[in-house]
Amino acid sequence: MTSIAARTAAEISQRGRIRSAAFQGFFEGSIKATLIALTLLSVLTTVVIIAVLVEETIGFFTMADHPEISLWSFFTGTEWSPLLGAKPLFGVLPLISGTLLVTAIAGIFAMPVGLLTAVFLSEYASPRTRSILKSVLEVLAGVPTVVYGFFALTFITPYLLQPLSSSFGTYNAMGAGIAVGIMILPIVCSLSEDALRTVPQSLRDGAYALGATKFDVTAKVVIPAGLSGVVAAFLLALTRAIGETMIVALAAGGLAQLTVNPSQQVQTMTAYMVQIFLGDAPAAGVEYRSSYAVAFTLFLITFIMTWTGAIILKRYREEYE
Amino acid sequence: MKTGRTIPQAKRILSNRLMWAACLGATTIAVLVLSALLITIAIEGTGALSWSFLTSFASRKPAQAGIIAPLMGSIWVCAICAIVAIPVGIGTAIYLEEYARRSRIKSLIQLNISNLSGVPSIVYGILALVAFVRFFGIRSADDAWTFGNAESIFYLQIPFGPSVIAGGLTLALVVLPIMIISSQEALRSVPQSLRQAALALGSTQWQVVWHVTLPAALPTIMTGAILSMSRAIGEAAPLLVIGGFLLVFQTPANLMSDFTVLPLQIYNWAGRPQSDFHKIAAAAIIVQLVVLLAFNTIAIIIRQKLQRPLQS
Repeated sequence: MTSIAARTAAEISQRGRIRSAAFQGFFEGSIKATLIALTLLSVLTTVVIIAVLVEETIGFFTMADHPEISLWSFFTGTEWSPLLGAKPLFGVLPLISGTLLVTAIAGIFAMPVGLLTAVFLSEYASPRTRSILKSVLEVLAGVPTVVYGFFALTFITPYLLQPLSSSFGTYNAMGAGIAVGIMILPIVCSLSEDALRTVPQSLRDGAYALGATKFDVTAKVVIPAGLSGVVAAFLLALTRAIGETMIVALAAGGLAQLTVNPSQQVQTMTAYMVQIFLGDAPAAGVEYRSSYAVAFTLFLITFIMTWTGAIILKRYREEYE
Repeated sequence: MKTGRTIPQAKRILSNRLMWAACLGATTIAVLVLSALLITIAIEGTGALSWSFLTSFASRKPAQAGIIAPLMGSIWVCAICAIVAIPVGIGTAIYLEEYARRSRIKSLIQLNISNLSGVPSIVYGILALVAFVRFFGIRSADDAWTFGNAESIFYLQIPFGPSVIAGGLTLALVVLPIMIISSQEALRSVPQSLRQAALALGSTQWQVVWHVTLPAALPTIMTGAILSMSRAIGEAAPLLVIGGFLLVFQTPANLMSDFTVLPLQIYNWAGRPQSDFHKIAAAAIIVQLVVLLAFNTIAIIIRQKLQRPLQS
């Protein structure tokens, strides 16, 4: 029992006695082995995620009673209607376009607002204002996403969008997109601010000494110097937006359609998965299996984006020390 | 400046003012959004908040519905998540920061962890559905391995099915990358001189970690742990995938109990068309936000009280 060994060891070390070298070696070795095992858990997680998704996706594409489903029809089909009609259609493009539409709206809102707020925090705000604003952002960051979905349904759509145009229904891409934008705003903001604050003061002082205004310093020195961090922050935030589930499940609607009209309802990849796992689709059925193929597509998209973010941070980082 | 073109003074002053206005405007938007969010929820929800709301089970009639089941469910699931994710996260961080040498394998593991933190939480739900709920189909639910008796709170069956323990482990997977990364940052901020001093006195590697590094990093690690838990308590998507229980009429009694959590209950009520359900959804949100605020306050107190500045 390692626990007894650990306890004994702690007692001995507290009494200041000298342990035998053999015992100490064994003790240190078993600690190290435990830590390695814990570290391997995260590797195992990735391996099992990929294995499960690959296996179930292959199962979906090779279903004997659905020979019409192929990789080609899945990725080029423009109709996604697994539950309606006599013959279910699995073309993932409407789900991808719905996801991208919501993500684009979120990005258009959150990227400029987040970056400018970050500039305000790092360049303009006094320490006091900064700490107040930071705590506002921390509160925003901690709000569960289902709350933003509720906010989209009960405030954004009825009080902001529907007065503007009667074409907005209860469920629409715009309301969901704005809510997702609010959700990723703190991520954009705090990560960009970190990036801007790592730009050394000497660069700013140098520019000021040349007669630059604050605008010149910010737009021509600080932001370019912190650009890799800012871009990585954008990518990370967009990845979160693509994978966001509860907001779109509540506020974007349930109709998968290929559209760029933000007043229409759209279904995202995540919202489709919610629909399937909440419904009573039989576990062996084709529509149930299709959710794994959708999940795998989603996983690949987010994986590529996180990877790109890591590469940008590593390769394009400006080092100033 | 780069092109050597002279920009008139007036234009430069104007652009400077515009930049200031834009930054201030953006910040105001962020503050306004938070205010609108809190005000909407307060207006909708305060009317429905009452003692009986906190102590009743769900109901088809919004006036009689309450949140005791999701509240207790959230506590159970979060506790299991904390018991698993915090030690594993700290252990992994200790290995990566204090033991592992710089190598290709280490940087691969590090990259893997940052990739895991970008995986959408609903994908973790699918992993958990296959691994925890169904145990990869190795054993069916009717023919489960059983440990302990049903009266004990440690009663366990494998596969877990959509139970409290499956939910807790699912959330542990979701927050583990965050926990690891924040603990790593905490350990990294401990000055190297402390480790060197302990090593110079003849400490072994583990003695350095246990008696020096870990205590010095603990306040920051705990802050990270609390923030991870506040992420866990707000997650709904992965739990929705593994369980799909939206209406539960009992509080969890053991590890195998059915459960629902606050965010799932909020989702269920907010998704209904009747505005009475929106009111109780808002009331449940208020409870959820109060819990989160308590978490954040604890984190801030720990950060301020326990953090002694270390000389580097």
